[in-house]
Amino acid sequence: MKAKVHVTLKPGVLDPQGKAVRHALGSLGFSGVDEVRQGKFIEIDLTETDAAKAQEHVESMCKQLLANTVIEDYAIKILE
Amino acid sequence: MKTSVIVFPGSNCDRDVKVALAASMGSDPDMVWHGGTELPKTDLIVVPGGFSYGDYLRSGAMAAHSPIMREVIARANSGVPVLGICNGFQILTEAGLLPGVLMRNAALKFICRDVHLKVENAGTLFMAGYSQDQVIRVPIAHHDGNYETDSETLKKLEGNGQVAFRY
Repeated sequence: MKAKVHVTLKPGVLDPQGKAVRHALGSLGFSGVDEVRQGKFIEIDLTETDAAKAQEHVESMCKQLLANTVIEDYAIKILE
Repeated sequence: MKTSVIVFPGSNCDRDVKVALAASMGSDPDMVWHGGTELPKTDLIVVPGGFSYGDYLRSGAMAAHSPIMREVIARANSGVPVLGICNGFQILTEAGLLPGVLMRNAALKFICRDVHLKVENAGTLFMAGYSQDQVIRVPIAHHDGNYETDSETLKKLEGNGQVAFRY
């Protein structure tokens, strides 16, 4: 199975990189960009065949390493 | 006094720390490679600065799970003082020994200059050589110096006198 993990900054946590990207988009002429938040996308190939177990495994990976839950949220998608 | 310096791939201030410890403690520290699980008997552990694991994922995140860190955490919990400098501090937050996290500087700039710091609490082991409210000048060099934690933790740190210096 495959796991797709999005790690994003929690709402309210300052994201200076996102801000810089927003400014750069503005100077390229893209108007109407209100806010940019930057995060990480992680793809994991798993040998596990049970979706619920895979979800559980990846959940624990997120908590222990992939995300720092002081400042980051994570979202997991398990695919066949 | 016996001291140990933990060395990770990408540590680059470990030898500075070695020189400083040799000069201030009177003997060379044990330089301990991160991949081992054995830590010699020691009175002080220093986690030096640098770019452990190239700052992959988050600064300090990979190093925090290095084999030796289990032993560092166990020693810390048994009362051995641990000093984390710069990236070493980040490793200690990622390892859960310290609360909070150091984030990218708000202006996204790498800051490398001298700054003045005020001694907030001279009553601790590390700070005893300073006097209360003394202003000292130290060089800083970092890209991630933006300390972030929830307001409750911050209140606790302030209340417990755990803020060592203030900009």
